[in-house]
Amino acid sequence: MLKSCLNAVSPVHNDIVKGLKGLLVTPFFLPLETITKPENEGDIFQSFLDFFSKPRIRGGVHAEQNKAQTATQNIVYQFPLPKKLYIPLQQHVGKPAEPLIRVGDKVLKGQLLAYSQGLISAPVHAPSSGVILDVNDYPAPHPSALPIRMIVLETDGKDEWLETHPVDDPFQLTPEDISLRVGAAGIVGLGGATFPTAVKLNMGRENQIDTLIINGAECEPYLSCDDRLMQERAEQIIDGVRLMLHGMTAESAVVAIEDNKPQAYLAMQAAAQPYPLIKVLQIPTRYPMGWDRQLIRYVTGKEVPVGCRSSEIGVTIHNVGTAHAVHKALRYGQPLVSRVITVSGGAVAKPMNVEVPLGTLISELFDFCQVNIEQTARIIMGGPMMGDALPHTGLPTVKATSGVLALTQNELKNTDEQPCIRCASCISVCPAGLRPLDMANNIRINQLDVAVDLGLKDCISCGCCSYICPSNIPLVQYFKYASGEVVSRQQAQHKSEQTKRLIDDRNARMERIAQQQREEELIRIAAKAERERLKAQQEAIV
Amino acid sequence: MMANMKPGSGAHVGVKVSVSLIMWQVMLAISPATVYGLFCFGWPALNLFIITVLSAVFFEAFCLRLAGRLAKPVLMDGSAVLTGWLLAMTLPPWAPWWIGVVGSAIAIILGKQVYGGLGQNLFNPAMLARVALLISFPIEMTTWANVSPLFFSHSPGLIESWHITFVGLDNLDATTGATTLGFVKTEFSQNRLLVDILKDYSGFLNFIGWTRGSLGETSTLLLSLGGVWLIRQGVIQWYIPVSLLLTVTVLSGFFHTLDAQHYVSPFLHLNSGALMLTAFFIATDYVTSPNTKTGQLVFGAGCGLLIFVIRTWGAYPEGAGFAVLLMNSATPLIDYYIRPRIYGRDRKGKPLEIPKS
Repeated sequence: MLKSCLNAVSPVHNDIVKGLKGLLVTPFFLPLETITKPENEGDIFQSFLDFFSKPRIRGGVHAEQNKAQTATQNIVYQFPLPKKLYIPLQQHVGKPAEPLIRVGDKVLKGQLLAYSQGLISAPVHAPSSGVILDVNDYPAPHPSALPIRMIVLETDGKDEWLETHPVDDPFQLTPEDISLRVGAAGIVGLGGATFPTAVKLNMGRENQIDTLIINGAECEPYLSCDDRLMQERAEQIIDGVRLMLHGMTAESAVVAIEDNKPQAYLAMQAAAQPYPLIKVLQIPTRYPMGWDRQLIRYVTGKEVPVGCRSSEIGVTIHNVGTAHAVHKALRYGQPLVSRVITVSGGAVAKPMNVEVPLGTLISELFDFCQVNIEQTARIIMGGPMMGDALPHTGLPTVKATSGVLALTQNELKNTDEQPCIRCASCISVCPAGLRPLDMANNIRINQLDVAVDLGLKDCISCGCCSYICPSNIPLVQYFKYASGEVVSRQQAQHKSEQTKRLIDDRNARMERIAQQQREEELIRIAAKAERERLKAQQEAIV
Repeated sequence: MMANMKPGSGAHVGVKVSVSLIMWQVMLAISPATVYGLFCFGWPALNLFIITVLSAVFFEAFCLRLAGRLAKPVLMDGSAVLTGWLLAMTLPPWAPWWIGVVGSAIAIILGKQVYGGLGQNLFNPAMLARVALLISFPIEMTTWANVSPLFFSHSPGLIESWHITFVGLDNLDATTGATTLGFVKTEFSQNRLLVDILKDYSGFLNFIGWTRGSLGETSTLLLSLGGVWLIRQGVIQWYIPVSLLLTVTVLSGFFHTLDAQHYVSPFLHLNSGALMLTAFFIATDYVTSPNTKTGQLVFGAGCGLLIFVIRTWGAYPEGAGFAVLLMNSATPLIDYYIRPRIYGRDRKGKPLEIPKS
């Protein structure tokens, strides 16, 4: 043991390392079947070497993939048009869109339903043709299922497009025009962040970025919609990438794809062949490789400072799905009205990637994919690492919905919580460099300030710590609770400060009035005394 | 619509590992050395082992009941068994029964439960008990039985073993002696040189564990195999064992090269006393060791340094227990000063500066 350590620490011949590795992989050392492979330090020797090199990837876990069920079949386009579509007015980061239709209006597919308002916002278009039934509050696709404003569209079954006006050659457009058209098409980041793409293009142009990274990592388990899109629509995606480069007046792009998607890699490489400025790169498979900042550091070696946008260091990152949507918007004038969604999980009889109109209820999606309701222990929107559990299926799919999972009890992590044994796995897997166990301990005893000092606000909720915890502590749940609580406490404090200020102001005002009255009284008394003095004088003279 | 389900955030899937699985893996890794120790020291060792483990479980249950908690689910996590087990490994194999009981009481009650149970303790419970016993009962804790394997003619039988465990040893001189480290220490005080002291020393027998010593500490071979297996399983990381063993090796190597007659060789250090058990099973205790890689390297090096210093210049021939406890007390400090850098921030927590391009 010791000898081998000494060898590995000093620069060694690869042969020696290999030989020693061989020595260690005797049957005695083979892992037992019941015991999972080491998560964080898979290979002792690799970890020796890693320790002395500057890491390009920090933390992360090798989550079980479960992608093969959907990644091996073509995207399904024959989804039956739902009778009703529920289209939330807020499907993006920023201000909700403002409706400009009335109940009873007849609309065509692609027609503008609600316009973007404010700097950071995005419009919403009709996913199919039909009649507007209602504009009202309906349950949101969120764990709370609290009502938010939605437009309900009754489809007429014709799926009739509004006449589109595509330009002949979008590369003749000015970059500003590209942004405008992308914004008008309602395109937002389709990786799940849903930040309005046009805003990001503008920021990229203003900051004169040098690298556009296209995120094809798709590191969440189960999901394969980006994988299939890259395999089947590689040329369209590359076209979208070129248009984005044009829109940002940027030079080069890197498409980063995890090495568990060799087919997508080959397809994208073939499509990018004619364009030397677009590089396709294979990156290691390790969740959360698709976290924008992790990817930026891996690809460019640069680290985005806290509180900065990546464009400030010369990099912008977009999802492959977004690039595809940009292609459709500029080449065909089609706004974002549908997306490819992965439906998977142990309770799904026919797992698949399927293109659905936005606003389709999950219940209809589940019917189409034959989900076994009895077996379903949890419904998740998004991936199993960062996705949210939904209370029921009567909720619509939105622009952010990359997947809907119906997981069985077997697939879920055990929720039997045990005391923390300080194994520090959570620290070694945290890509943000936080200490989840210390943060959770402080949150448990309600010391939220300490948790904030420890970096609560730098937590990205990637779920690695919850994933790895042998004591099944729901760490991310703690952090989300604490973040919400910190905000509401700040609001409460702000409110009480405001109230106090108002009271103080009122007291000061009253004091001022009283003071004024006292002064007036004094003046009055003085004047009276003066008058009486004068009067006395006159009387004396008389 | 589907029935209402409890919503929850983040990582709906996860590793299928539990606290008890980790504990059982450690026990599995330590069992070859244990079985070998029980074989070498016979029935009295087995008596002591059983008494120690059972009393550890008893005290754990007792404390939990006092706290008004259900004992069974907590006992099932295996941590009390492991604490008792590790403590038994460090006791002289023929120690009387009450050493095991008192040791377990100290380990579980004072070492663990007063802090609030699993995960809360500052000191390694087994080492705390060992050191407390060593200071309180120095004679019992330094009476080392000769190797007398099970079923050998001169070894004590089952009935005789009960006498040893529950009444005491009759003919001390015939059946006991000194450990290698203890022998070296006393002989040094007689101003003898290593070349004379180690005339009868067999490196090979010490390596496989055919020598006087604590119940489960003698076999360097089996302990290190168990430790390497634990590292391969990902239960422990290499940082603490490697830095601990490396520190001892480098320090002892340095002094041995300077003066080979007064400082024992790294080989002897690595093969004696509690070093292997400490490096792989005691110092790597999650609860009482630092959280970060660098912190663990510092912790291991500190343990190694203290072990070497106590062994070489201290009053006790073996310093592993003291070293681990001292470093345990430094763990919160190490964790305070050595922490991972947050992404996008510098080491002090300030946001990084935007690079000028």
